[in-house]
Amino acid sequence: MPERRTFLLTMARGLGAATIGGLAWTGFLDGKKAYPTVLRPPGAVPEKDFLAACTKCGLCVAACPYRALILAKPGDERPVGTPYFTMRENPCRMCRDIPCTISCPNGALDRLLVSGKDANDVMMLDVNKTRIGLALIDRETCIASWGIQCDACYRACPLIDKAVTVEYLRNERTGKHTIMAPVVHSDHCTGCGMCERACVTKKASIFVLPRELAMGESSDRYVKGWESTDEERIVDVPEDTTTVTPRSEKSPLDYLNKGDL
Amino acid sequence: MPVFREYRFMLLRRISQTAIMGLFLGGNLLGWQVLQGNLSTSRLLHVMPLTDPFAVLQIFAARHMVATEALTGALIIMLFFGLIAGRSFCSWVCPLNMVTDAANWLREKAGLTVLGNGPVVISRRTRYGVIGISLAVSLATGIAAFEWISPIAMLHRGIIFGMGMGWTLVLAVFIFDLFVQRDGFCGHVCPLGGFYALITRFSLIRIQHDREKCSLCRKCLDICPEQQVLPMVGKSSSTVTSGACTNCGRCIEVCPDHAMKFGIRFSPGKQRTRIA
Repeated sequence: MPERRTFLLTMARGLGAATIGGLAWTGFLDGKKAYPTVLRPPGAVPEKDFLAACTKCGLCVAACPYRALILAKPGDERPVGTPYFTMRENPCRMCRDIPCTISCPNGALDRLLVSGKDANDVMMLDVNKTRIGLALIDRETCIASWGIQCDACYRACPLIDKAVTVEYLRNERTGKHTIMAPVVHSDHCTGCGMCERACVTKKASIFVLPRELAMGESSDRYVKGWESTDEERIVDVPEDTTTVTPRSEKSPLDYLNKGDL
Repeated sequence: MPVFREYRFMLLRRISQTAIMGLFLGGNLLGWQVLQGNLSTSRLLHVMPLTDPFAVLQIFAARHMVATEALTGALIIMLFFGLIAGRSFCSWVCPLNMVTDAANWLREKAGLTVLGNGPVVISRRTRYGVIGISLAVSLATGIAAFEWISPIAMLHRGIIFGMGMGWTLVLAVFIFDLFVQRDGFCGHVCPLGGFYALITRFSLIRIQHDREKCSLCRKCLDICPEQQVLPMVGKSSSTVTSGACTNCGRCIEVCPDHAMKFGIRFSPGKQRTRIA
């Protein structure tokens, strides 16, 4: 066989082997990187960027004074080598100096995301800007919502009366008691998970999920007309919008004025 | 003490490897601030960043910008190994080296080496291919591909932060080196080793061979995990120039003629008989 042909065939064979390996590798990683329920440390950039930036060094894990952060081991059902919380066992204590965020050398944890301007207009760390996730309540298992007196989550919340408040409802069953139901407010909840740990039910009835999973997104087409600031939300929305289904040619008035109502 | 002479660098390497892991472990468990993090990224004495440059390269391939601190750390590591220490990461730092050395020892003891290589033959250039695949897969998936499956990372992360199921991969490397290919992982497949081999081509610390003393016993070639770097043995007095040499010093230890020594690249003439 001519030398050139042998060379080309050898190259092709090597490339072929590399392609098999690369495809298998890509497929494996593609399945490994999607764990939507993972709870990241304070200041974590969006999950897609986080997975790209994190070098799995564990400096944030070593920095946590409460050993709340865990570096995912193979078999942990989390992206391997990346840091995460398990709130029921060991929630985030909201350290004011946020040692985990500060320790990150890779930009996977961004201190700007947990900073705000203080009274003198200076950027300072503000742990309350943390958005690990959002606490959700299962009212069907929450004993306070049953009408039994419990305020464990409310008392455990480091932002008591802001992130968790108590809603007073009439107990329709007895007709003379109050149901003191906890309510979470997303504009304050940091997702620290103190409530999840404090919850007295067998499996926590209040639990933290990542915000992308826990929250919906309101439509540009609907505005709270009774809130003066809500209209700001749709300022940048273009006037001419497209609709998926064709609009009705008829006027609503026609329908209302038809005699068969 | 001839026994000590034959294992003095290996002893030093084991001390170096375990001390680095020990410092990391203390950094995580006891809050020692000597060396924190792991071999992917760490901080020395709480200030100096050290980053695996191959990991940074993969992050770039994944179309992501690396923070300045990590970039600085990668630069420090590249300068240290690339200009000074050679591919010594593999033999003096990496804990997987202990696993593959153990496999190699057992392979020798069990007589598997005499049996020869097989069932498949893997080229030493495979690792450079794996570098290419690592970068391509990083580009395709948007994450640093090798960092997710690296047995090295599984081992050092496992030692420092908890092993989990990571031992399976480490055992796989052990078995691979034991039955499939001598020095199979570190010398043929590992892209990190390949990366260091590429960047340490011009490093200062080098093995030097003295033809005058050599009695052609071939012990150095038999022990060397990268035999192809020693073509000069018995032929000419010269310096090992290949980046693939891990500076492990095994050739120096086993040489009964004192014909091998550690030296500086640019001083082949100023050979001293005293061995470092």
